Amino acid sequence: MEETILTVKHLKKEYEDKTILNDVDLAVKKGEVVVIIGPSGCGKSTLLRCMNGLEKTQSGSIKLREEAIEAGSGNLVQIRQKIGMVFQNYELFPHLTVLDNILLAPTKVQKRDKKDVKAEALKLLERVGLKDKAGSYPRQLSGGQKQRVAIVRALCMNPEILLFDEVTAALDPEMVREVLDVMLELARQKRTMVIVTHEMQFARAVADRVLFIDQGKIMEEGTPEEVLEHPKKERTQQFLNIFQFEKVQERKIS
Amino acid sequence: MNWEYIQKYLPMYEKAAILTLKLGVIGILFAVLIGLFCAVILYYKVPVVKRIVAAYIELSRNTPLLVQLFFIYYGLPKIGIATNAEACGIAGLAFLGGSYMAESFRSGFEAVDKIQEESAASLGMNSYQTMRYVILPQAVSVSVPGFLANVIFLLKETSVFSAISLMDLMFTAKDLIGLYYKTTESLILLVGFYLLLLLPVSLLGMWVERRVRYAGFGT
Repeated sequence: MEETILTVKHLKKEYEDKTILNDVDLAVKKGEVVVIIGPSGCGKSTLLRCMNGLEKTQSGSIKLREEAIEAGSGNLVQIRQKIGMVFQNYELFPHLTVLDNILLAPTKVQKRDKKDVKAEALKLLERVGLKDKAGSYPRQLSGGQKQRVAIVRALCMNPEILLFDEVTAALDPEMVREVLDVMLELARQKRTMVIVTHEMQFARAVADRVLFIDQGKIMEEGTPEEVLEHPKKERTQQFLNIFQFEKVQERKIS
Repeated sequence: MNWEYIQKYLPMYEKAAILTLKLGVIGILFAVLIGLFCAVILYYKVPVVKRIVAAYIELSRNTPLLVQLFFIYYGLPKIGIATNAEACGIAGLAFLGGSYMAESFRSGFEAVDKIQEESAASLGMNSYQTMRYVILPQAVSVSVPGFLANVIFLLKETSVFSAISLMDLMFTAKDLIGLYYKTTESLILLVGFYLLLLLPVSLLGMWVERRVRYAGFGT
């Protein structure tokens, strides 16, 4: 049995008397890829943000190994260095080059030697096909390229777990693939990842476990086959049907 | 036009210009520090202090520099604080400029997306590192055009220093007019020297603004 890296217990999050997350339990094991799906506003992104202490929670707990993650607590700065996060809109620092974006946190926060980090960064950039962009500024890159840089930036901190918050939602379709390919590669390297996405095909390919969240609760959970192909709950079926299209011709005949 | 006169009193103007520049530069430096401090307070919405800062900004922006100078120059000695004219000039300029600088830096801070802070936080940066390496550089580069406009404005405002008998350009011109009635020559020299001080700043401003507006980061 692999050790558990991230534990979420009875997590409850309210915002202006609306319950966003209601009694969520989740354990992520080392090397596991957990994909969270669900309708918009269901709380999946909020859950991810809670895992990084970006959201205040009302009750329950989140732990990275034995350390509690709690918004506003003093140890957050240390814990976040072990949690990589990639945002929907990349959130690269526009005033820094690609390389400086990647080097900033490892050199300033982790105080690592610049030469070492630079070598590592360039190696990672090469892996994602962006070595020649090291000196470019974010605005000179396409969305897909920016997102790949954002992933490298998170990786360069050597995090224990990576969180992806709808990282392809803002991308043009032809750029989605290049980003997903990078994530598939990370999954092959047995990186621990929690991914919020609307890409069902990708979820099927990358996930060890799929969580379907609705109205702040985990409604269904299991292997991709179980959840995506043979969902037990009606709500899950309804949600997955959104991604299916009936052929117009068939409908005309009937 | 009496060229002899112009030649004769040119050195006086030079001295005055140096004084104007000296007081202007020091005053503006303090104004920048005050402005940055205020903008950071407003950005973090520090309770209580932010109200004091807001009050200061309104007071400073809505009263003329001349009035502020009188308060400092004639008021401070009354409550037992010894002053000299130069220090008063600098203090007045810093008091006025601080609020203008604060406003232009604040607009720079506001232009930085809040999620940039989360992005920095998710990389484990503490709030100082986030401010220093992520927010401040972006905010400052956005505020550059406003900052330079303020520099020009404040340098021009130094012309009221003559009211507290500082021998700046304006004082020198008025003095000479009073002594010799050579109004045209004295004023031409005055205008010339102000242009000499301000045109370079203005041109620099235009160049920087073009860079910021059309190029941004990455060119």
